Amino acid sequence: MDNSKIGHHISEQFNKELEDIRNKVLMMGGLVERQIEQAIEAYTTGNMELAEQVIKQDNDVDLLEVAIDQECTQILALRQPTAFDLRLLITVIKIIHEIERVGDKAERIAEMAIKLANAEIKMSHHELEHMAQLVKGMMHDALDSFARMTLDEVPAITALDVNVDREYDSILRQLITRMMEDPRNITRTLDVLWTVRALERIGDHACYICEHLVYMIKGEDVRHLSQEELEKRVRIPR
Amino acid sequence: MSTQQVRTHAIDMSSVLRNKGSDNGQNETCIKVENLNLFYGEKQALHNINLEMPKKKVTAYIGPSGCGKSTLLRCINRMNDLVDSARIEGQILLDGENIYDKSVNVAALRRRVGMVFQKPNPFPKSIFENVAYGLRIQGINDKRILEETVENSLRGAALWDEMKDRLNDNALGMSGGQQQRLVIARAIAIEPEVLLLDEPASALDPISTLKIEELINELKEKYTIVIVTHNMQQAARVSDYTAFMYMGELIEMGTTSELFTNPEKKQTEDYITGRYG
Repeated sequence: MDNSKIGHHISEQFNKELEDIRNKVLMMGGLVERQIEQAIEAYTTGNMELAEQVIKQDNDVDLLEVAIDQECTQILALRQPTAFDLRLLITVIKIIHEIERVGDKAERIAEMAIKLANAEIKMSHHELEHMAQLVKGMMHDALDSFARMTLDEVPAITALDVNVDREYDSILRQLITRMMEDPRNITRTLDVLWTVRALERIGDHACYICEHLVYMIKGEDVRHLSQEELEKRVRIPR
Repeated sequence: MSTQQVRTHAIDMSSVLRNKGSDNGQNETCIKVENLNLFYGEKQALHNINLEMPKKKVTAYIGPSGCGKSTLLRCINRMNDLVDSARIEGQILLDGENIYDKSVNVAALRRRVGMVFQKPNPFPKSIFENVAYGLRIQGINDKRILEETVENSLRGAALWDEMKDRLNDNALGMSGGQQQRLVIARAIAIEPEVLLLDEPASALDPISTLKIEELINELKEKYTIVIVTHNMQQAARVSDYTAFMYMGELIEMGTTSELFTNPEKKQTEDYITGRYG
């Protein structure tokens, strides 16, 4: 793993502090990735124990978010970082927020898993599982890009969001049809809808993380730009 | 349309975007340094410096000790003329005129380009006489003019309220921070166009430092300011533009906000983030 961007400060202590923050972000990301995986498994298999575990884990994610935030604030106040160091800390503060939200979404899916575990009529999970794989991959690659501090994968990750949205729309249409077919399905179908919606949001958060990474590495704010524009900015050498 | 919508629409986006700190390109150049080389004897201290300092803005020079930032600053009012071994090539244009032209009267130039040093250097005279000194040597002795100028200068240097009842006290009895502001008052009393500040706050405590920084912010309404500082946070706080120098060369110059958040050159990045290159 390339640490050259973080290290090489005259102050060894500062190197350690930044390295520590990075490790904590990766730890938090790892926890959330596992949360997504387990939440989906709990949802598709009806494993309520696993779902409970996902909900419980969210506490660790929250604690990490607060701890990293505090460390960043402390460095900002005590070391007045500049240039890449400054952008790194600003980015960390933003991406841990995204990661925490993803954790919340996993928790949401776990809650739905518990609610739907005893439902009489099951729906096919095929499409939902596919969508889950997609967003889980996006999240993994976004965190990997942060770990390696490169933008190589970023355009490919953000480009996937269109696929996620397409799948979301497709499932949404099916759910609407089900609700129209029999109003007794509405409550349960809505619960499925919340789950799919949570997945779709995870994809969004992965994209936001990527946008923050562009700022961290290039110093360019690419939020609210089109995919084409983002790709263009990422490709321009610094 | 709801009230909130109306309010949202009423936001003046130009005021929001102005904070980006980017160069709006409307700055008039005050000082232009062209192909400047400076030698102390055999040793070359400045290597082909080219830069422009905009009017009524604060430009900061940063860089490690011995990088030539004070030398460059001293070139702007020809203080290096006082160093026997110093030799200069190239030119510095002040409002388009080369200050190294043979026809230039150096004393007149230094009236236009005032300077304040690291250590406050008040004269062992009263506060009033310190500020009035520049006028007196120009032959101005009219009491009314002197009083008016002293008051305006002390106000300009944010010292009037503290000192108005002590104008006849000896300046050497003031605190370091007050002495430094007195020296600035003395510099602005003769209404220069440019103020050169060489580490003006490095010998001062944090509160006095903040007062000087606040003063710089007010002074740029009227004067073009060039400041040399070792304190990067200070450069970041007070200046509009920052130039990073290293071993007698100008490495990079840009708007302060850009240079401190996203410098172009790796050398600049290494220096401002405290890395060894």
